[in-house]
Amino acid sequence: MTTEVLDAPVKGPTFHPISVRRKVKNKIATILFAASFMVAMVPLVWVLFTVLQRGVSAVVKPGWWNRSLAGVLPDQFAGGVYHAIYGTIVQAGIAALLSVPLGVMAAIYLVEYGTGRFAKITTFMVDILAGVPSIVAALFVFAFWVATLGFPQSAFAVSLALVLLMLPVVVRNTEEMLKLVPDELREASYALGVPKWTTIVRIVVPTALPGMISGILLALARVMGETAPVLVLVGYARSINYDAFSGNMASLPLLIYTELINPEAAGRMRVWGAALTLILLIAALYVAAAFVNRHLTRNRT
Amino acid sequence: MTIKPESAIGRPTPRPGPRGDTRSFAPEPPSKTGLQTGGRWGDRVFGSVATAAGATIIAAIALMALFLIVRALPSLQANKANFITSSEFSTTDENNLRFGIAEMLQVTVLSSMFALLIAVPIAIGIAAFLTNYAPRRLAKPFAILVDLLAAVPSIVFGLWGILVLAPWLLPVARFLNTHLGGIFLFADGNVSLAGGGTIFTAGVVLAVMILPIITSVTREVFSLTPRGHVEAAQALGATKWEVIRLTVFPYGRSGMIAGSMLGLGRALGETVAVLIILRSAAQAAHWSLFDGGYTFASKIASAAAEFSSKLPTGAYIAAGFVLFILTFIVNALARAAAGGRVSGG
Repeated sequence: MTTEVLDAPVKGPTFHPISVRRKVKNKIATILFAASFMVAMVPLVWVLFTVLQRGVSAVVKPGWWNRSLAGVLPDQFAGGVYHAIYGTIVQAGIAALLSVPLGVMAAIYLVEYGTGRFAKITTFMVDILAGVPSIVAALFVFAFWVATLGFPQSAFAVSLALVLLMLPVVVRNTEEMLKLVPDELREASYALGVPKWTTIVRIVVPTALPGMISGILLALARVMGETAPVLVLVGYARSINYDAFSGNMASLPLLIYTELINPEAAGRMRVWGAALTLILLIAALYVAAAFVNRHLTRNRT
Repeated sequence: MTIKPESAIGRPTPRPGPRGDTRSFAPEPPSKTGLQTGGRWGDRVFGSVATAAGATIIAAIALMALFLIVRALPSLQANKANFITSSEFSTTDENNLRFGIAEMLQVTVLSSMFALLIAVPIAIGIAAFLTNYAPRRLAKPFAILVDLLAAVPSIVFGLWGILVLAPWLLPVARFLNTHLGGIFLFADGNVSLAGGGTIFTAGVVLAVMILPIITSVTREVFSLTPRGHVEAAQALGATKWEVIRLTVFPYGRSGMIAGSMLGLGRALGETVAVLIILRSAAQAAHWSLFDGGYTFASKIASAAAEFSSKLPTGAYIAAGFVLFILTFIVNALARAAAGGRVSGG
């Protein structure tokens, strides 16, 4: 009896063909994964195509890039968005001037100096700041700068809100770039008797610079399209205002939002034209960032 | 962006020291060489400036909470309605302020959850596609294409949503409304279905907007799946789908949760796209996707032009404070889920 059991093969054949069920499941999964990528591309192409198609007629009009809407009636196909382009660039520019030094120094602190509890809290707060909605940042600047300190609503107030939105992006990106700098470079510098801060300023930051610059350009591109701060913190102007500290100032998002209420066909033209202009500005920053990354990186060691 | 793998959660991982002082042969800069008298002094100043910059960020968050509370308190005290349970929002009469967040909370939560429900499966699919299926050379450009969705300004998404997408979604909305109208989600809403200014449209647009951040976080964790796990599954004869189900998904669960949370945070706070799309409604909302109304963010933005007198403005600031707390919690949860640093730059 025992021999009979031993005579029978203990193991069946080792290799089974993959069952149809499993094959079908595998195929379905492959198709679904590829399809989800395609699904994500639909809105991207669709949005860009729509904006291009509807906005191009406005953008090629004479005066679009070098006139404002001063004295242009709602139903007139005239004027341009020069004043809004100026506003967008100035507001984002001031925000960059304030947030870049602050953000870069904070990143240097986190990468080169930070240890212990304080650094942990700072990292946590950077993450939290990154998640603060733009409307809350705008509301905070309103409560602080306008309501409490008594400054007027102005383009500068918008810039302050943009600083809050830009800061975490700059900090994080700079951090990533500084971490990529090999420790050997720092150690070689220390070995030559160079103080830590000179090492950071002369060795670490220059090595990381191209990545930092391209990150800053991308952060700038992100805040350019922010609409919530301009809705809360500055009024719309149809003509150019060079003064960032007082008076109303247009910007492309604010112009789009304002013209959306204009029922005339000219209003629609301006809405889509301004949307295309905004996307072109952002695209230019993206191209610049890619250029900096590609052509300035390396061959400097 | 770094996310600790799930296996590392709960274990105290030593934080690597600051760059340049590797503990083993600590190359701290020379202390007293006699050659560098200015070095120490410069070091102290530079270090303090860097620390101060870090402190500024902490201060910014603290000030944000503080000033929102301080500005909201007088209005909350003057409020004649219950702030949490009331759906009213009338701030025109300063002596009879009546405002509550119930309806805003409902619209905000419903639109964000709906967006999350659409975006999460697609984002996980994209992440799996990019890390496991796409040819190696194309994976990076494909990932950049998905990230480009985040570069489109929200106001442009809003324009597209209400003027282009809404008419396309109308047949779908009609179908759901007529055939599944019995379920509260698809019941008749308080705004015109044909107008397209519904939570349904807003949710779809929000889904598109939060797709890149969920994808990028999830993709990052998926790409960290240990080769050993994958190869072990392959050695057992698993098909590609089974490899993903048995190794990539369990390993990346924390990343999926963190990514979804970050996406939720974005959806809760999205302002202009929602403001442009949603139509205001006269009647109360009843948890239908075909309702209109205001989210926290769009309510604040819609009233921004009238921020002049103190008490009515405080009512909106109070709403903003609730939104701040909501996003704070959601983002902190995302961090906790990932067991450390998450970012969705």
